Amino acid sequence: MNADLSLFGNIAVYAIMGVSVIAAIGVVTLRNLFHAALTLAMVLLGTAAVFISLQAEFLAMVQILIYVGAVMTLIIFAVMLTSRLTDESIPQQNKQGFPAFLVVSLLGAVLIFILLQAPWPIHAPGVHSPVSVTDLAKAMLGNYVFPFEVISVILIAALIGAVTIAKKDS
Amino acid sequence: MEIPLQHYLVFAAVLFSIGAFGILTRRNIIGILISIELILNAVNINLVAFSKYTSISPETGQIFAIFIITMAAAAVAVGLAIVISIYRVSKTVFTDEMDLLKW
Amino acid sequence: MDALFVNLKHGILSMAGTFAPDWFVAFLSMLISISAIAVLGPLIMMYLTLIERKIVGRMQNRIGPNRVGKFGLLQPLADGVKMLTKEDIVPNTADRIAHFWAPILIVVPALLVFAVIPFGRGMTAVNLNIGILYFLAVSSTTTIAIFMASWGSRNKYSIIGGMRSVAQMVSYEIPMVLSAVPVILASESLSTGAIVDAQSGFQWFVFTPWGFAAFIIFFLCGVAECNRSPFDLPEAESEIVAGFHTEYSGMKFALFYMAEFMNSFTVSAMTVTLFLGGWDGPLLPSWVWFFFKTYCLIFIMIWFRGTLPRLRVDQLMGLAWKFFLPLTFINILVAGLWFFTGPVARVVSSCAILIASFMVLSYLNKGYTPEKRTYRFAE
Repeated sequence: MNADLSLFGNIAVYAIMGVSVIAAIGVVTLRNLFHAALTLAMVLLGTAAVFISLQAEFLAMVQILIYVGAVMTLIIFAVMLTSRLTDESIPQQNKQGFPAFLVVSLLGAVLIFILLQAPWPIHAPGVHSPVSVTDLAKAMLGNYVFPFEVISVILIAALIGAVTIAKKDS
Repeated sequence: MEIPLQHYLVFAAVLFSIGAFGILTRRNIIGILISIELILNAVNINLVAFSKYTSISPETGQIFAIFIITMAAAAVAVGLAIVISIYRVSKTVFTDEMDLLKW
Repeated sequence: MDALFVNLKHGILSMAGTFAPDWFVAFLSMLISISAIAVLGPLIMMYLTLIERKIVGRMQNRIGPNRVGKFGLLQPLADGVKMLTKEDIVPNTADRIAHFWAPILIVVPALLVFAVIPFGRGMTAVNLNIGILYFLAVSSTTTIAIFMASWGSRNKYSIIGGMRSVAQMVSYEIPMVLSAVPVILASESLSTGAIVDAQSGFQWFVFTPWGFAAFIIFFLCGVAECNRSPFDLPEAESEIVAGFHTEYSGMKFALFYMAEFMNSFTVSAMTVTLFLGGWDGPLLPSWVWFFFKTYCLIFIMIWFRGTLPRLRVDQLMGLAWKFFLPLTFINILVAGLWFFTGPVARVVSSCAILIASFMVLSYLNKGYTPEKRTYRFAE
């Protein structure tokens, strides 16, 4: 199959980006917090799809495994434990809605303007081969072994801290 | 024909702004935490896009992104433990009702 | 005979290639794989329900369904008609979106995993170079659908069942992932095709000490992931009505049922791929061997259902965190040791370490069973 199917791939990626932006707007505006958490899961899946289009498949699967599989479970557990079933009609936005919208749109506009204008030093498309899992493993245990060890300590600290904070005083 | 770098950066900038809007306007603490997740995801996309298009060693961005995913998971875990602990004491999760430290 | 389906697909594609443009042939190739999976998945699930009912019936000294068609072979069709024509009841206070989308979102990961299963020589639908990680990642997204089902039903028993199910699935994912790590070490690749190729010539991973321990742990964790007996507390009929799918009827319940059976098939298929050599075997075609081995494992799962009583929730969680998890860590170390010691010493040392750690862990876990109660009857 020597067909060039990249046009369909690109259309799919743009569609996923659009759906992710709409879902992100849903995350920050929905009143029902459970639905906001579900739209966050949609954004995370969209991000994983964008990673696949950037040829970072390992990172996409790690994103799905950790974010959608574990972090969403945590968030939804917390939503279910701290909300009553009749809570959706309470307004979820505080009174700073309009100034926040102005500031954030200004920030977004400035960022996008600079991004489109800056001369990024993009190298030619075929220079580096796509990153394989072997390359990631060599870098993780070669150059970046010190952050790797530190992050395992951080994870243990977070585990012990979360258990200590959340347990009942008996 | 691959997607130009600027499209990924604009997408990440839009997600970042929406996440910032969420942090500034949500009343529920868990709502603020999930907006923080949006910002972290936008940063991850930026890192991976830059390392693929402009970097000499393209695996650097992905390693950085893996570390950020791990840190975000740890932060969310501890944050939610704090939220549950606060809910147990004061029965509320809304930020404008938690004013015990205000003078 | 071995390459029957591969030759069939190539024949169709070359026939189409004579009159169609290139991109159409590429799409047609994808479409053939997708339609093969879309037909195979539900067909497997339908006849799995029949096989389970007949085997459980035989274990309980009765014949299973045998009225509809000869030997009950048309029973799944009758079940399907029943599920389709039942009235679809949605509780009045249910959360519409969550209640509607949960059954759909639980079937999607179950079907997606079929794409990386190596059914035979050259018969993987999509030969990803991160196949195992794809399977683990996609099957971990089932937890969100279970949350949606339990929370959307607004029913105390659903929420309890849903939380128990999610806690069980999340706890058993970790030993499952970690017990697949020695296999990845040994075959130096994450792709399912490469893992099966590394076991060719009857060098299956289950014949090594670390492979055997990892096989048992992976299989038991897979059974727990599918919420099947003896780990089926979340949907136990005598405990919490039906857990997270209490409020579902008709086609939506059929989707939950379908997802559970497809999950059990994919877990068995993955166990066969990782440990039992995939499609490797003498004489018979490769896909015959694959299905034979997978159905042997499914028979073992059905055997568990007919024989073992249900585990209590603290026993369930204790098994995952206090027994399987340390055992998988020790297993990874033993697997690493296997590749650096001589041929006789490695068998002896790894068996010794594994048996010693198993006994230590079972001794440490024994102290948590409650002591026998003494009853005082009224005189």
